[in-house]
Amino acid sequence: MNIPDKLGPEKLAKKPAPRPARSLRLKNTMVGWSFVTLASLLIGIFYFFPMVQALILSFQSGSGVNLSFVGFENYIRLFQDPVFLTTVKNTVIYLIIQVPVMILLALFLSVVLNNKTLKWKGFFRTAIFLPCVTSLVAYSVVFKYLFAPDGIVNMTLMKINLVSEPIQWLTDPFWAKITIILAITWRWTGYNMIFYLSALQNVDRSIYEAAKIDGASAIQQFFKITIPMLKPIILFTSITSTIGTLQLFDEVMNITAGGPGNATMTISQYIYNLSFKYTPDFGYAATVSYAIVILIVIFSIIQFKAAGDKK
Amino acid sequence: MKLSNKVIGYLFLSICAIISIFPFYWMVVSMTNTSADVTRGKLLPGGHFVENFKNLLQSVDLVPALTNSAIIAVATTVLSLLIASLAGYGFEIYRSKAKDVVFNILLLSMMIPFAALMVPLFRMFGSITPVVPLIGIDTLSAVVLPTITTAFLIFFFRQSTKMFPKEILEAGRIDGLKEIGIFFRIYVPTMKTTYAAAAIITFMASWNNYLWPLVVLQSPEKQTIPLLISNLGSSYSPDYGMIMMAIVIATLPTAIIFFLMQKHFVAGMMGSVK
Repeated sequence: MNIPDKLGPEKLAKKPAPRPARSLRLKNTMVGWSFVTLASLLIGIFYFFPMVQALILSFQSGSGVNLSFVGFENYIRLFQDPVFLTTVKNTVIYLIIQVPVMILLALFLSVVLNNKTLKWKGFFRTAIFLPCVTSLVAYSVVFKYLFAPDGIVNMTLMKINLVSEPIQWLTDPFWAKITIILAITWRWTGYNMIFYLSALQNVDRSIYEAAKIDGASAIQQFFKITIPMLKPIILFTSITSTIGTLQLFDEVMNITAGGPGNATMTISQYIYNLSFKYTPDFGYAATVSYAIVILIVIFSIIQFKAAGDKK
Repeated sequence: MKLSNKVIGYLFLSICAIISIFPFYWMVVSMTNTSADVTRGKLLPGGHFVENFKNLLQSVDLVPALTNSAIIAVATTVLSLLIASLAGYGFEIYRSKAKDVVFNILLLSMMIPFAALMVPLFRMFGSITPVVPLIGIDTLSAVVLPTITTAFLIFFFRQSTKMFPKEILEAGRIDGLKEIGIFFRIYVPTMKTTYAAAAIITFMASWNNYLWPLVVLQSPEKQTIPLLISNLGSSYSPDYGMIMMAIVIATLPTAIIFFLMQKHFVAGMMGSVK
């Protein structure tokens, strides 16, 4: 008799308390998940599911819808395919020349612009950022015309006697690559510069004052203070630039169309051609797609390692 | 020494500024000149603006392309902002271990290049086409759908939410607002700067998107502005004045947005909350 009596009120007193708390927590969890579900589902459907499909596809081959399983044949073909190897070479050339040049240029610009006593700062900043408002296709077409054999660039170079005959910017395998690199640099330097400028505003100016007193030159300050201070943002921009360059498509398609021959063709363009220009071979195209993904992962890891940070 | 440094600085900036601006100048000047004048390297404005404009309207479907691009860009922007801000808010405000795991998985999608997605996506939309023609190949919805959710934008909203004063949410709860009400009535109006920046980024990306529309759109009346420009650019006997006119028109919306909202753009990039 005594025991149940004792337990009774105790139960009554204790049980009702956790119950609402638990259901409230459950309700909160449900509410929280409902906020993120749609986005997570859509990313699953439009990113991860296609990548799984591409993986399955990469073991198949055939034209159009007539696909059959071929095991690792596509992957073996990849390493014997001269066009694929050329596109990888081209893409890597763009990457290792264009990204460092652009980042250094953007860093120099941001350091010069960060000078307190500089006049027309707003004008310079806006002017150099302006290329970012153009669409990739639009600026590519403009560049194609500017760099035409009888275009403004050649005209100017000849007028100032830098060259005696027009440079074949679009049809020479070497110069065509340079044209693509110049174009991308024109388009993206200002974009990167803005990131560095905003990061520089958070750098304590007294560090520079101290360095000046110690007799550090402007160049020394740049390499010994600015670059180390901006390391995280440099890492961020170099990774985004790398990912961007590895999937380069619009510019090459509209400036040189991959030519002359395949001299400027990128991996993305090759995937496009394999799927939609030549007799479609979706299986092999999917295999090439995985090559880009793997390259992106490799280059990102290299950059993280090169930056020497755990973060 | 100091003076010469300064001179070098100004010289460097001026050269970069000239190189940056020149293509714009050339574009604008060329749209007022005849094709022959453009080839001759004329760098002063001429009197063929109206003629080039008439030619452009007659030879290509400019207005339909502009309309398609506008529909796609506006729909993408509105949907992207809604989906990404809901998620970014959810991941930050209702933070839990499980959600952080999901969030990190979503971030992985930023490593996937679109070139790798286009073949499976094309096949996916190809197989949907007979079932739901409304979102199948060669529809504007097919252009919009795969682009409305980006991990970057979710990340962007989550970062901005970190600086959101949480006490306001509590105040909303005490006032009896539901969780979703707090989001729409309190969070959204407070985060105007973030939304503006996100809208600019998304609109520009969508307006300028080329590869996916090129893959998924087939009929000429569905083409978007970048497709139209690309076609014009690859013609064998280009009318330069007319093409430059098309390029200027295509660039105007993004240029106007940039100049009107420059402050939002920079403020948003740094993830600040007003």
